[in-house]
Amino acid sequence: MSDEDDLQQPEPTPKQKKDIAKWFLANAPPGEIHYIAKDIQSILADEDTYNAAVSEAYPLYNKAHMIALELPNRTGDVLITTFGEIDETEYLDPRTCQVATVNHVKQVCTNVRPATDEELPSSYIEEFRGALDAELVKYVAETYPKGICSVYCINGKDTEGLGADFEFVVVISAARHSPQNFCNGSWRSIWNAEFKDDLQVVELRGKLQVDAHYFEEGNVQLDASHECKDSTIFQSPEECALSIINMIRHHENEYMASLEGSYSNLPDTTFKDLRRKLPVTRTLFPWHNTLQFSLTRDITKELGIEK
Amino acid sequence: MEAAMDLMRRISPNHTETALSALLTLLPQHSSDLLSQVDQPLQVLCDVESGKEFILCEYNRDADSYRSPWSNKYHPPLEDGPLPSADLRKLEVEANDIFAIYRDQYYEGGISSVYMWEDGNEGFVACFLIKKDGSQTGHGRRGNLQEGAWDAIHVIEVGVEEEGMAHYCLTSTVMLSLTTSDKSSGTFNLSGSIRRQMNLDLSVADGHLCNMGRMIEEMESKLRNSLDQVYFGKTKEMVCILRPPLEVVQPRLPEC
Repeated sequence: MSDEDDLQQPEPTPKQKKDIAKWFLANAPPGEIHYIAKDIQSILADEDTYNAAVSEAYPLYNKAHMIALELPNRTGDVLITTFGEIDETEYLDPRTCQVATVNHVKQVCTNVRPATDEELPSSYIEEFRGALDAELVKYVAETYPKGICSVYCINGKDTEGLGADFEFVVVISAARHSPQNFCNGSWRSIWNAEFKDDLQVVELRGKLQVDAHYFEEGNVQLDASHECKDSTIFQSPEECALSIINMIRHHENEYMASLEGSYSNLPDTTFKDLRRKLPVTRTLFPWHNTLQFSLTRDITKELGIEK
Repeated sequence: MEAAMDLMRRISPNHTETALSALLTLLPQHSSDLLSQVDQPLQVLCDVESGKEFILCEYNRDADSYRSPWSNKYHPPLEDGPLPSADLRKLEVEANDIFAIYRDQYYEGGISSVYMWEDGNEGFVACFLIKKDGSQTGHGRRGNLQEGAWDAIHVIEVGVEEEGMAHYCLTSTVMLSLTTSDKSSGTFNLSGSIRRQMNLDLSVADGHLCNMGRMIEEMESKLRNSLDQVYFGKTKEMVCILRPPLEVVQPRLPEC
């Protein structure tokens, strides 16, 4: 049992070390990237490589997890998403028409400024966006105890009136970090709403991602995801907002019910496929009678498990 | 090492192999510690002589070869790979036969292997391994799981007999991953890894095999229960904190 072969591996290059560090950081469970970073820092024992890895991995992690950061002027939270990204460190909050400057590694907003006209949608689009945002805020407040949400226009934001298509993304991000209870989790919803002028329909596509991590004397993780589609007719901003949020509510409620269903199926069906609670004989294994097993072949035959 | 073990506690159990090889690259000086402390998903080889599959682990490895419990030969062949003494080999053969029956009763399929070796102090160590593939394509399936894997590693250190008693120290690890997947509810994956220890002084009147078997059976039931009740339950609790379920499902409002 020698490990000499492992010791003969060549020393990894700084680039390899950085890539490994980035992999660990990018795969951090919700709310645990700081802990992973601390571990990586002590394992690497090389500040330059560590800093390079951290500065590349944090922005990716923050956007993938759609983390919420408090705005410094106490006007709310800004979500870090690719949809609101103006550049690497600037993120738009469409609700307050502000742009936040973000320190990714510290996960804080350092500055906030009003958004410029070019960064905001036309007043025609803003009517639809604002109406949808208002309904979304109501829905999220009654559904997610700690949910943060936003509506971004990702296509056709300069459309001035009828006759053109545009697309919104509705984002809901709810995270709960409770390291003292060894438990972290996050719920992320991304809903694309395409307003198709020629067909007079709004097409909705949803992607839901739910993660949970419990790690008291062990490591157990839930990784669940779901995609769905729906559509409604293109109407006034208020009517569109109502029917889009109703569709979202319906699909998310259904998904939540199916998650609960998956959990309640665990003990008796799913888990049983791996290992039964009791043997097929429904009694504990007769270890005290192992002598009889010296005639193993007979027992095997008796149990009908002969190979 | 402490930081490395903390990482392993955080990274998804589905990524254990990648994470371990990454750590081995970063910390070559700790490779033997890492290999012995981080449990990896079990691999399987086929014994060319008996045609039966056996499980690979650190305890039946020498250089790049692994000893099969069925033929007692190393794969690929190795000139002077260590073998257990004749007496211990006899116990090993018996343990493999009985453990295969135990495994079939609880797992309805799967693969098991038992390895034994002498430790320095006249006692011995036994390692009981079980690998179960519960996926749709695996054996012993009912088809509920898209993908399902259960790996159990039980290492028992058996002390020297004194006045008819022996000390047994069992360290058990279970690693599992299960995925269900369908159009209406998406992909649902739970993965986990837990390790526990049990120490007992037992009379050897019933024989080592009987004592070790009972300890393993009790431990496996405990681990299965705590995964099912505690660990999975905690992740469900978390989901319900994030998005509390409705008391009654609201009817879909009519579209205006």
